[in-house]
Amino acid sequence: MTAATPPTTARSNPPVEQLESYFGPQDLVRRSATLDQPAPERELTKVAKLIDVTRCIGCKACQSACIEWNDTHPEMEDFAGSYMNPHDLTPEMFTLMRFTEWENPETNQLEWLIRKDGCMHCEDPGCLKACPAPGAIVQYSNGIVDFIHENCIGCGYCVSGCPFDIPRVSKVTNVAYKCTLCSDRVAVGQGPACAKACPTECISFGTKDDMKAQAEERIAELKSRGFENAGLYDPDGVGGTHVMYVLHHADKPEVYAGLPAEPRISPVVETWKGVTKYLGLAAIGAMAVGTTLHGLMGRANKVSHEDEEKAEDLVETEEGTKR
Amino acid sequence: MTNSWTDIKNTDLVIVMGGNAAEAHPCGFKWVTEAKARRGARLIVVDPRFTRTASVADYYAPIRPGSDIAWLMGMIRWMIENDKVQWDYVRNYTNASLLVNEGFGWSDGLFTGYEPEKRNYDMSTWEYQIGDDGFALTDPTLRDPRCVWNLLKAHVDPYTPEMVERICGTPKDRFLRIAEMIGECSAPDKVMTSMYALGWTQHSKGAQNIRGMAMLQLILGNIGMRGGGMNALRGHSNIQGLTDMGLMSNLLPGYLNMPTEKDTDFDTYLSKRQYKPLRPDQTSYWQNYPKFMVSYLKAMWGDHATKENGWCFDYLPKLDVANYDILRMFDMMYKGEVNLYFCQGFNPLLAFPNRAKLTTALSKLKLLVTMDPLETETSRFWENHGDFNDVDPAAIETEVIQLPTTCFAEEEGSLTNSGRWLQWHWPGGSPPGEAKHDTWIMAQIFLRVRELYRQEGGTVPEPILNLNWDYADPNEPTAEELAKEINGRALGQVTDLVDTSKVLAEPGKLLQNFTQLRDDGSTSSGCWIYSGCWNEQGNNMARRDTSDPDGTGAYLNWSWSWPVNRRILYNRASADLDGNPWDPERKLVWWNGEKWIGYDVPDIAVTAKPGTVMPFIMNPEGVSRLFSRGLMRDGPFPIHMEPFESPVANFLNPDLRGNPAARIFEDDAAQLATSADFPHVGTSYRLTEHFHYWTKHNPVNSVLQPEFFVEISEELAKEKGIGNADWVRVWSNRGSIKAKAYVTKRLKPLMCDGKALHVVGIPLHWGFTGAARKGFGPNSLTPFVGDANVETPESKAFLVNIEKTTPPTEGATS
Amino acid sequence: MKKRVYSQSGDRIETVDPVSVRRYGPWTRGNHWLTAGCLVLLLVSGLSFFHPSLYFLSGLFGGGQTARMLHPWIGVVLFLSFLVLFLRMVRLNLPTREDGVWLSQPGKVLAAKEEELPEMGKYNGAQKIVFWAMTGLIIVLIISGIMMWEQYFDGLVTIPTRRIATITHSIAAVLIICVFIVHVYAAIWTRGTIRAMTRGTVTGGWAFKHHRKWLRELARLDRAGPAK
Repeated sequence: MTAATPPTTARSNPPVEQLESYFGPQDLVRRSATLDQPAPERELTKVAKLIDVTRCIGCKACQSACIEWNDTHPEMEDFAGSYMNPHDLTPEMFTLMRFTEWENPETNQLEWLIRKDGCMHCEDPGCLKACPAPGAIVQYSNGIVDFIHENCIGCGYCVSGCPFDIPRVSKVTNVAYKCTLCSDRVAVGQGPACAKACPTECISFGTKDDMKAQAEERIAELKSRGFENAGLYDPDGVGGTHVMYVLHHADKPEVYAGLPAEPRISPVVETWKGVTKYLGLAAIGAMAVGTTLHGLMGRANKVSHEDEEKAEDLVETEEGTKR
Repeated sequence: MTNSWTDIKNTDLVIVMGGNAAEAHPCGFKWVTEAKARRGARLIVVDPRFTRTASVADYYAPIRPGSDIAWLMGMIRWMIENDKVQWDYVRNYTNASLLVNEGFGWSDGLFTGYEPEKRNYDMSTWEYQIGDDGFALTDPTLRDPRCVWNLLKAHVDPYTPEMVERICGTPKDRFLRIAEMIGECSAPDKVMTSMYALGWTQHSKGAQNIRGMAMLQLILGNIGMRGGGMNALRGHSNIQGLTDMGLMSNLLPGYLNMPTEKDTDFDTYLSKRQYKPLRPDQTSYWQNYPKFMVSYLKAMWGDHATKENGWCFDYLPKLDVANYDILRMFDMMYKGEVNLYFCQGFNPLLAFPNRAKLTTALSKLKLLVTMDPLETETSRFWENHGDFNDVDPAAIETEVIQLPTTCFAEEEGSLTNSGRWLQWHWPGGSPPGEAKHDTWIMAQIFLRVRELYRQEGGTVPEPILNLNWDYADPNEPTAEELAKEINGRALGQVTDLVDTSKVLAEPGKLLQNFTQLRDDGSTSSGCWIYSGCWNEQGNNMARRDTSDPDGTGAYLNWSWSWPVNRRILYNRASADLDGNPWDPERKLVWWNGEKWIGYDVPDIAVTAKPGTVMPFIMNPEGVSRLFSRGLMRDGPFPIHMEPFESPVANFLNPDLRGNPAARIFEDDAAQLATSADFPHVGTSYRLTEHFHYWTKHNPVNSVLQPEFFVEISEELAKEKGIGNADWVRVWSNRGSIKAKAYVTKRLKPLMCDGKALHVVGIPLHWGFTGAARKGFGPNSLTPFVGDANVETPESKAFLVNIEKTTPPTEGATS
Repeated sequence: MKKRVYSQSGDRIETVDPVSVRRYGPWTRGNHWLTAGCLVLLLVSGLSFFHPSLYFLSGLFGGGQTARMLHPWIGVVLFLSFLVLFLRMVRLNLPTREDGVWLSQPGKVLAAKEEELPEMGKYNGAQKIVFWAMTGLIIVLIISGIMMWEQYFDGLVTIPTRRIATITHSIAAVLIICVFIVHVYAAIWTRGTIRAMTRGTVTGGWAFKHHRKWLRELARLDRAGPAK
């Protein structure tokens, strides 16, 4: 088998023959809870998924493709007052259309904003930073952040670490799940299942540069339609993302079902995984070394023979049995 | 569709009205996205609800369900008033200049000739003035007050923007903004496409809704153009194939008519179908009717069909009423006049109106046979499911036989899409369990019935005994055999009509296309419009060549399109009278000085001289019709008609109810309600997560949209004290349903005739079988009345009431 | 019978020549060692999540998954076990004025010149600090721990709160380990202490040197009680 080539454009037809994976463990740039992850020998082209929210019709083809490809079995819930089903991301539902009925205060027009939620594949992934299990979360040099389930311990630290509230830990397997950017498909030259299923090319996949260029075209077109604040969502706070949005109102990402305006790894998480870890270990170490040294160098607090006698004396005196 | 899905990318303006393409046709909608992205096309949505299509539209306007004709006539009025007319097109390619019979007129919302007791029009005056030469008279200057154009102007005059706002609830400013956007497309180099679906057809005047837009498109010069046209988005992947194959009681394949009892013999039948040209030099292609019909009869009865016996014309059933449509069949069943009903790939208990009546009707059958790949509500109509199907099984004596069939993914064959493309497909899997192909089941029934006739005789056994059944395995005709039979064969030697020495097809060979059909018994073809689908070149439907010279979107080598692989109907009209394209940037076909050439198969004889033979070759006039003569039962112009159940009176004539020419049975008329008891307008629609009543059987679709709900505005919710996701009861004069309420900003009260009207949106898709939660369909509420011309039920506009309630009970069998 | 002030029931002088004093009964010792065992397991498993270089410790539990699963449950056992210990010991760990004086001169404590300091009851100031530090930290740890217990309480608090709970849990864990080290070291450094939690008794000399007030009360109680 020949190896697949990295995707170069969103619109290229995927190969139909069976191909060898073009990236793998040798391409990791980050590996959770691993101190000495060697830099990979080569640098893969950065990939990205571009979600043009302004083209999305909320058909949920991406959701069903995601369920089918990943062979998940989300629970059938009930109607809860919105087209959004399931009601949230779950360990069995890695992507979700979030619907917002928004009356634009500037135009007084109703806008039905539909955003496909899911892992953003941050360049600086908070989940990976928070993860205590070596190799449970990895990042390839093409930007894909993947959960390696056999290494996952189910602690849920990734949930705290994620600035976008994405990972979900299964109550059944006690393992965390999220969108993998279909790393298994991408590795053999296919785009993500959602992008493949999307009927309106709202979801595209390709190199990050191509996706940014495509986004520029789209934004120019949106501006021609009167969306002056149209823009790309590729937030710097997390070093950019490998899932990007084209938004009509890039100045107000929050209106899209609470997309954070300035996402970053929480300072609390940074402190926990940074200063606390080192100061904590230092404190424990210092305490251990201090006591050991004291034990070795210092004099033990011993009870002397006199003390024993004095005790006997005291006891007899106090008991009134002193002879 | 006059055009094709892929052609939508060529448009400048898309109007989605009477449909919700993004919701119900998400895959086809990609071409709208293409047009927006590549051409900067704009998208307008006019709909009672702010739909998924509206969510990506450039402009949205609300409209009251069932008021589309007033809106469209208002739009035509505005175009005429503001000179937004493609004049060269209107003058030459429409019947604007033809003079109409002096006796024709209208008043009080009715055209001349109305017979109230028959709910019918005497249409004798709805005709052109015919000159001594047998041709229709014209006034090319359009000055004659009796010319179609002047009559149309007078006809649309009452529909001012103010009147449109009053009738439709569309705010005037929005209507005018849309008018300006549409008006731009009257320029020869600007094109609008109309995408519509059941939002227009499911009305008692559905056909007139569509005519309204077709007339607007003609006035703008958008028919026959790349990126233009009237594009019906068909609701099933093969519903186009169903109509093409004539699966209706009044049709034969290829839009040939089923004879009526007045057609006592073949010649009488044909005499009504002469289709002589109404203007000089015109094609009037239906003049070939005898060729299509004889070839069809030869396909049916082979050697038994001879000239002497009128090609076995007598074997065909003859209609004693206009149509045994489904409404009539169920009404007959309801009256106990039907013993056996075959339901093949059909779930009427959820699809047709007034479910209570349907249940009663089915209960009166002796035998019901269902053929379906899935469990249907119809086959379980006798089962108690609590509130969801509140019947007493012990009281129902109907015997039900369920025959499991294969589904599309397990079959080989072709599906005809909205754009008339016949796309061949191959089985992706083996049938599960006992499931059998429909063809196998039908063959088995036929062979057994024929055997019974052979052994026992019977009244007129010949049509069955003599039926052509020439298949390798009589037990199961293959898709290939059927496709070739439909395409047609030469039975004798077929020669050129002019040069008879030129042999076109030797006996036994497949015909090239329908131009080789003959009325002398030398050819057979099961469906003339499909002729060419599988000829001596092979299976053209299986072609998968994505080449598209100059990116016109024609894709002539991908599958095969009827007629004769033509992708855009009336494409001759994309060029001016001299044969030069109206828009040089958007060339389609053109006259090169000798013949017609271009990107598509020209819709005209290739050597027909421009300026002489007009583009609408199927019409005896050679031009398109702004005035449709007597071809539609409810008027030659679309006129405003209220739904049978309407919250407001018809402004033209308050005594009129619904479509005055639509048939309604007495019992059903008695069940029509008024807004006194049912103040809100109910409307029905699909959701993108589901396909009809199929996908509720699929766990994935059921996860994505698990439970039945109805949509109401925040204002109505407040008025009724209903919270989001509360249980509500919605009822009409025919039934009651329970649903969760979806309180949404996407529905707003409409101001019509001074009243604030609320729309209650009721999606279909739920029933009492399948993986999704049990629910109801809108058909529990809808009235049992259909379109005057085609009997499509009025499911898009009816009256309901709503209140907060308690959850429904599940029933013992749940 | 006289009221006990500096001791609790079960504390008694067992033999006089030489003096042997019963400091902890079997239940208390069991309670203590259960708590201590839990604490050790918790710190081993907890440290494995705290820093990658210590992740190997999770291997002692059969891997990260089991360590993650067991850690909170051990925490619950520790909490309940400590609760019993707390109720048993709280009265004698209430701070007194002498504790202040005693604590104010750590030099003398560390130089083992306790004769220059006020006499102590059953617990000296440092032991009380350990007691209350343990108490406070265990409360913080159990509360923050529950907030981050993914398996059963994933939706209990918001994610920002959970982040604060997580960092609080780690800081509290570091502190409790430090306290633990102090506690263990103090027991080692102060020779003769460990047997109080093993055999249950201390020598008279140990009691005399470190907890004279306690010893005195026990002797007095003996006088008041039935003669040996």
